[in-house]
Amino acid sequence: MGNLHKQLEREKKNNLVCANWSSTQLNKLPSFRVTRVVLKLGFLMENNQNENATSLVLLKQGAEARVFESTFVGKRSVVKERFSKKYRHPTLDSKLTLKRLNAEARCMTKARRLGVLTPVLYAVDPVIHTLTFEFVEGPAVKDVFLDFGLNRVSKEQIDDIATQIGGSIGKLHDGGLIHGDLTTSNMLLRSDNNQLVLIDFGLSFTSSLPEDKAVDLYVLERALISMHSSCGNVMDQILAGYRKSSKQWSSTLNKLALVRQRGRKRTMIG
Amino acid sequence: MIALGFEGSANKIGVGIVTLDGTILSNPRHTYITPPGQGFLPRETAQHHLQHIIPLIKEALKSANVTSIDSIDCLCYTKGPGMGAPLQVSAIVVRILSLLWKKPIVAVNHCVAHIEMGRIVTGAVDPVVLYVSGGNTQVIAYSEGKYRIFGETIDIAVGNCLDRFARVLTLSNDPSPGYNIEQLAKKGGQFIDIPYAVKGMDVSFSGLLSYIEATAVEKLKNNECTPADLCYSLQETVFAMLVEITERAMAHCDKKDVLIVGGVGCNVRLQEMMKIMCSERGGRLFATDDRYCVDNGAMIAYTGLLAYAHGTVTPLEDSTFTQRFRTDEVDAVWRKKNELDTNGNPLM
Repeated sequence: MGNLHKQLEREKKNNLVCANWSSTQLNKLPSFRVTRVVLKLGFLMENNQNENATSLVLLKQGAEARVFESTFVGKRSVVKERFSKKYRHPTLDSKLTLKRLNAEARCMTKARRLGVLTPVLYAVDPVIHTLTFEFVEGPAVKDVFLDFGLNRVSKEQIDDIATQIGGSIGKLHDGGLIHGDLTTSNMLLRSDNNQLVLIDFGLSFTSSLPEDKAVDLYVLERALISMHSSCGNVMDQILAGYRKSSKQWSSTLNKLALVRQRGRKRTMIG
Repeated sequence: MIALGFEGSANKIGVGIVTLDGTILSNPRHTYITPPGQGFLPRETAQHHLQHIIPLIKEALKSANVTSIDSIDCLCYTKGPGMGAPLQVSAIVVRILSLLWKKPIVAVNHCVAHIEMGRIVTGAVDPVVLYVSGGNTQVIAYSEGKYRIFGETIDIAVGNCLDRFARVLTLSNDPSPGYNIEQLAKKGGQFIDIPYAVKGMDVSFSGLLSYIEATAVEKLKNNECTPADLCYSLQETVFAMLVEITERAMAHCDKKDVLIVGGVGCNVRLQEMMKIMCSERGGRLFATDDRYCVDNGAMIAYTGLLAYAHGTVTPLEDSTFTQRFRTDEVDAVWRKKNELDTNGNPLM
């Protein structure tokens, strides 16, 4: 571990690695530079894992990734490793894994630039498919909403969260970013200031089409209906927040009305 | 209790006789097969069904050894979803027989029938269901009295995508285009990159179909790949999409088992991929072969009988059919109650 620190310090001096990249710094780096940085780090992290495997603590195993708690240059951090899916053809699998890893890294930083809170990205490794980012202390919105059903959370709190959700999505969409997997499990509440933090940008992409924005909101609406029907009209609150923060709200919400009617075999009257 | 069921929502006409414990007494069916390169059109399909339904009823009664009509408790038919003209055939036949034999009618949702048939045949208790056929692609799970749709296709069904690609290659429609794609795919080896469209828990197939249709013409002309390679790549891509959304739904509803139903569900490669995913999650895969996966009369009879045993009857004037009939519109009354006792008898 000590060796790793020393190496990192050296790299920092050589201006190859910035442990605490801000998104603007990241964007200023020419692309060939970024690749070099990233590969270097990958090499370091591989060593790190071999030498000090116990420093990674498994937090959660999802369908596509394992999330570990770790430390990165002394900071509490999260390492998200995308693993390969054995049922997929190897070519398709590596294409999807890499595409989603890159999408997540790019879109996470772009979201921060648009003023939406996301964990700060520390490092990307396309070789072992890991992202290292800031550890956010706080519960998932999913759990808070489920607690509301058990009367442990007040209605005001739910309304505040819903308004924040709408506000954040509005900012993303106005900046041409589509999250792609908006569910309440992909939203955290920072414990110290109750601010909403968006995570899991693996299915994110850039688009300014009302269609894509509307589908993004529709995915969230469906997730809310199937999971949080006890919370009442959270979606209305979210859309109210969205209207306040997005300048292009009217075209998106008009499209949303059309998208809602879509699903196959839906009864049509008239 | 015995029920007679009629299925005719697409290009198959089937008549089935079952008992309440799921025993199939007979289940004959006839498929309307079109020449290679062509799909089935509603009008011709309905004519086919009309020609075959009476012989099929006779055959079903004979091989089930039903000597007296009195032993039949109810008549079940597919109300929808499906193609209008073919649906009309079984709806009309069931009305005539109901008046003739003085038997009650039970209208059945085609998708729910697939699920119930899959559950009784495999013994899956509360699985996430992937329903894949020529007209439907849905990821379904039971929750609070209904089969809820967690993910689905936002445009065409996966079976439709495969069928239409088979037409491009002019593969035979006998026994089904999907079966012939599956056989040809076994000879493919080169993987061709095809668009991959998963949106949350939903999928889309129309874009990748346009892409592979255009690529097929181009690449085959230049001898860059074989039709087998194209079938192989198409299967690998669309099935990966289906397995992915199923896995997402499993994580979302916290269920361990998967049941695959519908015509595309007979595909062994799809079953294989799903099995790998399930074993990685510590769950089980339940799948059936073409006798039960493909549309048949027995699944309609069995599901109708479940509803009938729990007091559901469709009055003659309501025994209509509809092309649009969503899985989540049906009250699964037989699952709300304490289901069936160990002998398969209703507890009511």
